[in-house]
Amino acid sequence: MEYLLIIVSAIFVNNIVLAQFLGVCPFMGVSSKLSTATGMSGAVCFVITLATVVTYLINKYFLVPLGLTYLQTIAFILVIAALVQMVEIVLKKISPSLYQALGIFLPLITTNCAVLGVAINVVTKEFTFGDAAHMLNLGEATVYALATSLGYGLAMVLFAGLREQLAMNDVPKSFRGLPIAFITVGIMAMAFLGFSGIV
Amino acid sequence: MSKFGLITKGLLKENPTFVLVLGMCPTLATTTSAINGLEMGLATMFVLILSNIVISLIAPVVPDKVHIPVYIVVIATFVTLLQLLMQAYTPEVYETLGLFIPLIVVNCIVLGRAEAFACKNSVGDSALDGIGIGLGFTLSLTVIGIVREILGSGSVFGWKFIAGDGILAFVMAPGAFLVLGYLMVLFNKLAKR
Repeated sequence: MEYLLIIVSAIFVNNIVLAQFLGVCPFMGVSSKLSTATGMSGAVCFVITLATVVTYLINKYFLVPLGLTYLQTIAFILVIAALVQMVEIVLKKISPSLYQALGIFLPLITTNCAVLGVAINVVTKEFTFGDAAHMLNLGEATVYALATSLGYGLAMVLFAGLREQLAMNDVPKSFRGLPIAFITVGIMAMAFLGFSGIV
Repeated sequence: MSKFGLITKGLLKENPTFVLVLGMCPTLATTTSAINGLEMGLATMFVLILSNIVISLIAPVVPDKVHIPVYIVVIATFVTLLQLLMQAYTPEVYETLGLFIPLIVVNCIVLGRAEAFACKNSVGDSALDGIGIGLGFTLSLTVIGIVREILGSGSVFGWKFIAGDGILAFVMAPGAFLVLGYLMVLFNKLAKR
């Protein structure tokens, strides 16, 4: 039951882009075509989940016992950068076709603040799902990371669909490009506000 | 470019928020009020100036292949420094801005300036560039914060001049996107004239 709450909360109620403002730059950057948006969502999903699990373990079994929690930011960003690099190398060997499809998006993920944001959130914040506020355990953290990145994918794919339609419309000159995109996201965020209160 | 030009270019011509559209996450998330926007801008400026200075110093000796990881470590070091300083001297501000202080590490403005400017210019120019872009960022965040605070809570910098609650949506997520979108339109309109 608690896992269900985590999933619904992370995908709809506290959507990572539309409610928490994480990963907005790549969200804006690669959402102009549905196919690239899907590719990017897949890559981000994979990296967020993997990075959260690895940084969670490093934090719990290395930084906390040694009293080095102030090094979290540096340690986490290095882990994420190394992880992205590793995923890139492994993917190149195992599935060249997927590597080709994701291509340029993979290295970009290092600077996607959604990855670092979720990793830091999971180890520093207390979450309330159902009962009292508590720190997440490894299982919950994994589900939270996976659900959050699915929420990222959902928002990205929905928005890419809207943007493809927008591109065919006659938009006033000053609104063209990013301004109209931001206003559209604003309206989307308003729609997602409707989910608040269900968890 | 003149020294004065380096400082003023961030305000309009190379405004990081409205022209370059970089660092959107803190821009949207922390501008719920004018003071929060101002504080976030200043925090980013602190990291930007120091990382620009250090990167311009070390750039000639850093091998090309590993320059991005090295720059990220430099930036992360200053962010950690900022975190510790803020925890010690301004704990309330640190609490309000929360996650977005450590996230300065992945703010594309900081790494962007390192890549585009600091690694090929002198220490003095890089410091000025950091000040200029930092000022532009701070100004944009403050403006967005002012607009959202007026519409959302009827006050400016905490000084309330409209009684009542204001339009709550502008303090919440949708307002951030809408205000930024419309301010961009305004900026485009004025810049083209």
